[in-house]
Amino acid sequence: MRQVLLIEDEANIAEALRFILSRDGWEVSVVADGALALAEVARLRPDLVILDSMLPGMSGLEILTALRADPLHQALPILMLTAKGQLRDREAAERAGVSAFMSKPFDNSEIRALVRELLGA
Amino acid sequence: MPISALTGSRLRERRVALGLRQADLAFSVGISASYLNLIEHNRRRIAEPLLLRLAEALDQPVQNFQEGIAGTVLDDLRAASARLPGAEVDRSEDFAGRFPGWAATVIGLHQRVAGLERALEAMNDRMSHDPHLSASLHEVLSAVASVRSTAAILADTEDIEPEWQGRFLGNLQQDSKRLAVGAEALVRYLDNAGHAEEQVLASPQEELEAWLLAQDWRPSDASGLALAAARQMAAAWLAQAARDLAVYPAAEFAGALDALGLDPVALAARFGGEVLAAFRRLALHPGMQAGLVVCDASGTLIFRKPIAGFALPRFGAACPLWPLFAALSRPMTPIEMVIETAGPQAARFRVRAFCQPYFPQGFRGPELREAAMLILPEVGRGGDALLVGSTCRICQREACPARREPSILSA
Repeated sequence: MRQVLLIEDEANIAEALRFILSRDGWEVSVVADGALALAEVARLRPDLVILDSMLPGMSGLEILTALRADPLHQALPILMLTAKGQLRDREAAERAGVSAFMSKPFDNSEIRALVRELLGA
Repeated sequence: MPISALTGSRLRERRVALGLRQADLAFSVGISASYLNLIEHNRRRIAEPLLLRLAEALDQPVQNFQEGIAGTVLDDLRAASARLPGAEVDRSEDFAGRFPGWAATVIGLHQRVAGLERALEAMNDRMSHDPHLSASLHEVLSAVASVRSTAAILADTEDIEPEWQGRFLGNLQQDSKRLAVGAEALVRYLDNAGHAEEQVLASPQEELEAWLLAQDWRPSDASGLALAAARQMAAAWLAQAARDLAVYPAAEFAGALDALGLDPVALAARFGGEVLAAFRRLALHPGMQAGLVVCDASGTLIFRKPIAGFALPRFGAACPLWPLFAALSRPMTPIEMVIETAGPQAARFRVRAFCQPYFPQGFRGPELREAAMLILPEVGRGGDALLVGSTCRICQREACPARREPSILSA
């Protein structure tokens, strides 16, 4: 089963995403603290990371930059969740090598389709 | 004096005012009517000797036809025309001379637009860099994202297990409360940000309060304030603080606080000082967790020291249910109450209010009043509390009997 790591500190969003992605057949793990995210990626070796931009401990951009600096994770699909209007955050994430964006609030069917696409399913 | 580009227009105006035909005036000064026509429409420069003859024929001093439009007016018109290309910039002087009122209107509108642009830039800058706004927006968007996703799950998943259904319904309720709190914080913020133009030019009182807050309410001197009026108010504030300190010396005041508690009337009796001075000493006592509002007889807030959880309105009038206003109508009578704020994050405070009349001009002068309300955190939620708000505009108590205007937070 393909593994999705969701790095999201909003418990209710994480629960909703875990529910809909699990029903699509993905194995979903959640980490809420940015500071623990890199260790979880190293431990789980996920096929896809869904990364919130604002996190406690370590920001989404910092996590993205750290992952891309590691040759092991340069090809790892990373979907970033950003609040609408955070244009500068998006531009910075693009420069750091993000794979795709999804704006909050998102449509469930759109994020499911994007996850399928990023996982090549 | 140089001949103005408007000379022709003025010659024409004078000729028409005298009821002279173009041909007759041209004949009297020895030129053709068609040449005068070109001059009158500012299409020909007029030689000095001819202008002298025309001025004489029109019975006016020659200077009346020579003075140009002030350079600043032309500069302003050129700046205004740069906004929307298409204006006949080369005829600005003609326009300003013939239609001075319209020119002033155009310049006024241009300056107003420029002012609004500056305000917009200030707002934009604030909205782009303000961490408070960023956090509030993130809070609202996160709650909306959760509500949208959870609601879609409940609506679209026919075979959802009862346990999951219950959890998601709980999440929805939780997020709707978050949304209400986040929306209230945003509205309060935007209520202030919407006045960015005024914020750029903050009132002296606002500047004074910001200065006091920045110095933790213990300022040493009035330097660093931009507005002269704010510096003047700060100097008066410092003088008053020094007087208060002289009547209520720090060490003795701390001892009296231990003995008498946070009671301004009792403290005033102990020190033989003014009650309102005791209010100020209490609110500004180092480490004291207390808010203070002071109003004059019109109910206008003239001093605001905030306390967490109790929103003080920056614009518009405060909630009329505040005991501060009850005190205003009952001078020299101590009023103590427990109040509870409106909204999902309702908080309780113990407030003590007192009003003092003044007669600065003696028996023959008017009576002035000043009322103060000390706001202290209240531990526990037992017993009755007076339900109050900040200001009607952002208060969620729709059925409030004292409501002046609908809340923008109403459904």
